[in-house]
Amino acid sequence: MSAPKGKSDSARAIGLEVSLAIAEAVKLAEAEVVAAYPITPQTHIVEHLSELVANGELTAEYVPVESEQSAMSACIGAAAAGARTFTSTSSQGLLLMAEMLYIASILRLPIVMAMVNRAISGPINIWNDHSDAMSVRDCGWIQVFAETGQEAVDLTIMSFRIAEDPGVLLPLIVNLDGFTLSHFIEPVILPEAAEVRRFLPPYETAHKLDIQNPLSLGALGGPEIYTEARRALDLALTGAKPRIQRVFDDFAKVFGRQYKLVETYRTEGAETILVTMGSISETAMTAVDEMREAGQKVGLVRLRLWRPFPVEEFRAAVAGAKNLAVIDRAMILGFPEGPVATEIRALLYHEKNRPHMTNFILGLGGRDVPRSHFKHIVERVRELGASGRQGRYELVGVLE
Amino acid sequence: MKSAEVQFEKVTAKTFPKGPDSLAPGHRACQGCGEVLALRLMVKALGLDFMAVSATGCMEVCTSPFPQSAWRMPWIHVAFENAAAVAGGVDAGNVIRRRKGKMPDRRIPVVAFAGDGGTADIGLQALSGALERYHENLVYVCLDNEAYMNTGIQRSSATPFGASTTTSPAGKVSKGQNTWKKNMPAIAAAHNIPYVATASPAYHLDMMNKIRRAAAIPGPAYLHVYAPCPTGWRMKSELAVESARLAVKSRVFPLYEVIDGRYILNQKVDEPVPLGDYLKPQGRFRHLSEQDIALISERVNREYEHLAKLAETFSEPSF
Repeated sequence: MSAPKGKSDSARAIGLEVSLAIAEAVKLAEAEVVAAYPITPQTHIVEHLSELVANGELTAEYVPVESEQSAMSACIGAAAAGARTFTSTSSQGLLLMAEMLYIASILRLPIVMAMVNRAISGPINIWNDHSDAMSVRDCGWIQVFAETGQEAVDLTIMSFRIAEDPGVLLPLIVNLDGFTLSHFIEPVILPEAAEVRRFLPPYETAHKLDIQNPLSLGALGGPEIYTEARRALDLALTGAKPRIQRVFDDFAKVFGRQYKLVETYRTEGAETILVTMGSISETAMTAVDEMREAGQKVGLVRLRLWRPFPVEEFRAAVAGAKNLAVIDRAMILGFPEGPVATEIRALLYHEKNRPHMTNFILGLGGRDVPRSHFKHIVERVRELGASGRQGRYELVGVLE
Repeated sequence: MKSAEVQFEKVTAKTFPKGPDSLAPGHRACQGCGEVLALRLMVKALGLDFMAVSATGCMEVCTSPFPQSAWRMPWIHVAFENAAAVAGGVDAGNVIRRRKGKMPDRRIPVVAFAGDGGTADIGLQALSGALERYHENLVYVCLDNEAYMNTGIQRSSATPFGASTTTSPAGKVSKGQNTWKKNMPAIAAAHNIPYVATASPAYHLDMMNKIRRAAAIPGPAYLHVYAPCPTGWRMKSELAVESARLAVKSRVFPLYEVIDGRYILNQKVDEPVPLGDYLKPQGRFRHLSEQDIALISERVNREYEHLAKLAETFSEPSF
């Protein structure tokens, strides 16, 4: 599933901690304001960024705010002033800034945020799952999930281009798994600064606070306009989808690495398809390889784009499968399935030949996800599919 | 250069800014609102060459019902508790764009306006952070009407002792608010920022000059502005300016500045008017007995004397 690499690029890969690589990508994107508050496991990104600013390698204002609430507030202010703006957070920090996320999107400010996914308290836990990302599913931001360090770097650079597209103008979250991706040293190709500059020109916008052309941002929207404002935001977010793919395509032309909204791996003729997001897809692909070698018709579909949901692309990717095993890294407490599965089941409801589907929840709060989990899942979804049983989610790797 | 030496054009009766108001007429403030009066005069003093940030509150709600806006300069409202952080972000954006040559090479004041709840309660952390980070062009204005008026007169930490509000009601066993008003200017001054001042719409030229000075001084500035609210204080709508004047003359709200740590008492009140003159026209204090008023008076006088001592002691810049 890994995107093809440009020929000349493969030689340039260096071993780099993914967090540091993301900070380098932000430098290459020439971000102008970084406002951030430290939280594990996001810290290495902002530490390295403040180092780059301190060394004069990145000409930016680093605003060391006193909370995540102020981090997002300062980002909104900076983006409203017309500056290219970046921040990063995780888990509890995200919850503290959550109020502002919804406002950043309605103000149509192209802030880019790296969200280093970590479980939400409680119990307090600093390790990886997707409960933080899922808690802000409806905040109106474009949301993507990275699988590898290279992808995290490339998505970071592309994110500014997507967010700042005058036909998009929306904030964007790049999700990456805490520790299992953020703290790993991976081979990463850092693009050439001049090429990035060509791909991503300096940010200029008329949508800003400007003495010459004063705008009022953040007006009160009463009952006579609120519905229309929300619809406009939904249309903007939904309408961003083809533009996101266009930026992915433009990126491929310059840098040789082609990304898609939904990735497929060995789905040709697959009877059973695993659906994943984020870095566990690497483990899942290895498991798929092993199962394929054993003659099992198994494939994998990975959502790179989470918001706007790539409805058509996803339907096409899973068409023809008999069994879908949808993986969630978070729970919806009090509901029979996790957030990703719930949405996919809703999307498939109107399909004539819908597959059997079961939701598997795993890897919560940093619980290890070995290859054997995916083999178990495939066995189990086949079994349930054959028996026609539709149940609630199944926890994989839980201690009884 | 010492902040006190920073030059700015003084507002006098003769040089009072002419032309249309920076805050356009047609807003929906209550009749006799002392807060919108203070706001209008301050932005008139600033003209149009600045950027404004509003916290959620009366002044935001009454000036920006879409598709209308009373703000003739660039203006942004984000939320309730974060005006200082938003303003800090706007300033950071301006500073870097100026450094990169994307903006004219001159200072642009970024002025945040928030109420007492948005400042002394829910916005205190964001304000403290912004003052400490020393945003160069930040001016923060607290418009203090001494309760959450926008949501219906609930008590805040800036509500004075004895005031009856909808969440500190006077009753058979209660005198209303049972805590003393939080001293916000002192908290701001504790950040050792170059400029802290109190101001009142009853002393409008003084207030207009203070915001001009605040905008002219490099580094963050904090202005605490008395904002009488006839609706919330349950008093006649024509009494806003009068009550603001009585607040100063009774020592309830002394006018002073702290410039680089030097305290200046702008209005010495050697013979205060009786506190009852200030309290009695306001329905929120109607239930207070003469004994209660005597108790409050004692506290008011002690706080004033404390301030007078600060002015006497710190008569030179401290930093």
